[in-house]
Amino acid sequence: MRCVLVGQPNSGKSTLFNQVAGYKAHTGNFSGTTVTYTESKVRVAGDVMDLVDLPGTYTLAGSNPAERETLNYLGSHHVDVIVNVIDASHLAQGLELTLELLDLGYPTVVGLNMMDEAARYGMRIDGLKLQELIGTPVLPLIASKGRGVRNLFVTAQRNAERRIIPPRPEYESIIEQAIQDIVQGLDGRRHNLNPQALAVKLIEMDAENLVANLKKMEIDAPDLLERVAGLQNKIRNVRGQDPIWVLSAERHIMAANLVRQVVELGKRQISWRDRLDDLLLHPFWGYLLLVAILLMFFEAIYGVGSAVERPLLTVFNSVESNLIALIGSETFFAGVISGILQGIAGGVAIVLPYLVPFLLGLGFLEDIGYLPRVAFMMDALMHRIGLHGKAVVPFIIGYGCNVPAVMSTRVLEDRRDRFLASALATLVPCAARLAVVFGLVAFYLGPRVALGIYLFNLLIIAITGKVISTMLPEETPGLILEMPVYRVPTLRTVFQKAWFRAKEFVVEAWPILIIGSVVLALLNYFRFANYLNVLVRPLTWLLGLPGQTGVPLIFGILRKELSLVMLRQALGVTDFSAALTQGQMISFTVFVVFYIPCLATLAVLRRELGYRDTLVIAGLTVMIATIAALAARGFVWFFY
Amino acid sequence: MLLVEAEGEKEYKVIGFKGGKGVFHKLLQMGFVPGDQIKVLRKAPLGGPVLVEVNGRMIAVGRGVAEKIQVEE
Repeated sequence: MRCVLVGQPNSGKSTLFNQVAGYKAHTGNFSGTTVTYTESKVRVAGDVMDLVDLPGTYTLAGSNPAERETLNYLGSHHVDVIVNVIDASHLAQGLELTLELLDLGYPTVVGLNMMDEAARYGMRIDGLKLQELIGTPVLPLIASKGRGVRNLFVTAQRNAERRIIPPRPEYESIIEQAIQDIVQGLDGRRHNLNPQALAVKLIEMDAENLVANLKKMEIDAPDLLERVAGLQNKIRNVRGQDPIWVLSAERHIMAANLVRQVVELGKRQISWRDRLDDLLLHPFWGYLLLVAILLMFFEAIYGVGSAVERPLLTVFNSVESNLIALIGSETFFAGVISGILQGIAGGVAIVLPYLVPFLLGLGFLEDIGYLPRVAFMMDALMHRIGLHGKAVVPFIIGYGCNVPAVMSTRVLEDRRDRFLASALATLVPCAARLAVVFGLVAFYLGPRVALGIYLFNLLIIAITGKVISTMLPEETPGLILEMPVYRVPTLRTVFQKAWFRAKEFVVEAWPILIIGSVVLALLNYFRFANYLNVLVRPLTWLLGLPGQTGVPLIFGILRKELSLVMLRQALGVTDFSAALTQGQMISFTVFVVFYIPCLATLAVLRRELGYRDTLVIAGLTVMIATIAALAARGFVWFFY
Repeated sequence: MLLVEAEGEKEYKVIGFKGGKGVFHKLLQMGFVPGDQIKVLRKAPLGGPVLVEVNGRMIAVGRGVAEKIQVEE
């Protein structure tokens, strides 16, 4: 039996899923945290069912990836029952989606979540009456505390077994007539959705989508297409609006009517949560607190990360040297072993110590509801580089690691925005590049120069954003984002979420790291270094760097901090100041900060944007890195 | 008038939208339905978004979008 969870963003749908399925879905007080669906086998009252968590969506007729995913899923999979989660404190809007779901003709059970929140707003909801009015079970639920969960699923299971299909909402006559007409036109052709449901969806589609969707549904019927277009025109002529708006306006009115009949409004309690925005969104204190919060966030991450990194690296280094002493340093086998060990060490000692605290902190900020506030505060600034406020999230995440940063661009609706945000996020110096900046520049030239490199980086990102956005003019009008109420996060969900995200790195990026390290060790063993140095000599010459820096730069693509580790080997010195001038250190570091994102990031870029855009971004970053390093070289030459 | 010109801590009625389909749709989903009351809560400085209460939800609306929403007091 397959049970599908559908609900609007912030309705607590993923929380419910995690209550039942153990931790598998992202939750976040930020819309769009689930973009693809998650499926899990769960046991309810002794029976096993497949539970599917679909992305949060305000409507089934929408255009962003999360919304499309929901309708596509419901239209193309076998579904036994829909569990619709509604945020009771925003009942009217939740019911608009419920009405859309009732159109589909599946057994449906409604979970009224966050009844406690609704009570705080002074709302008293008569669930039984609502159940009577919409003709399908409505059950109270407090998903975060696990209350009402069992009852909800037992009811869902029962309704699925008996195939109790709720009545479809009835629209005005012109729509109903169109539905009948299309059902006739379908002429018994089969589809996963029942004929009436399919008819409603066809009426709502715009012309381009209609053709594409019919093809996808494998309904090849030019006559049907014509019929739908004709009916749409008729509705448009009579109502003066596209059918999609006519239907959504009707649902809006129906939902408002339902709310009027089942909700009794009392007095709203004002609490600290309502006052907190006065401070956090204040035009002066708000920004001060934003800077303070982010600074604390990064201080904490680097504090934890570096405290863990150093002892772990020492352990790994001694294990490696002992093993190699055992095997003999000049053998092929020793090369492979040290490659594997370096790859493992890179993950355990260099990435995870920063990534895990970073994900914990991020999860906390997300669940408490602060991230949308950051988006609100930063919207004006982000517009200057051609993006809107929501795109600030990948940037913040990018300072920890570019991999989750690129993943987080999924919250953006527009493909162009996702491309631009991903491209810019890969320019943000991650924790690994921090190691290079600190190990080379801060150590030999002082922390102020290191800070200078960070500021220079911001400048370059801003210029790049400006340039790309003039080439790709903005199509989206900008930010429309719900600000959820502040919630106290539970430690359990924060930890589980961090674990879930860290797993993405372990599974997808780490193997590449290990393989890359082995390749690197083998190239070293076969003495390929000199050829590679010659190959990139034009670039190193242009930047005024010694020829031996070629290999470290190439292998920095595997792992950014490798370019520093290998630089020591390549130059054959332990003290960099013996082999590099101050200017060379700066050009080298600036180049490393900007050029091609590391392999793990490239892998994620390819998954999110495809090969072509990944290549474009890689090429772009090399260009930017060269220009930036040349600019830095010129600057140093001029002032020193 | 347009939502960008609206003042904080005041109630307005949504009249309609100017411009693209995409925005219109998204706004309807968020509850900006012509005829409904909304309340402007605050405006971010430097051309930032407008924070609006719609049916008890807080929605941040970027300036570009707020320029497309027609309201009256």
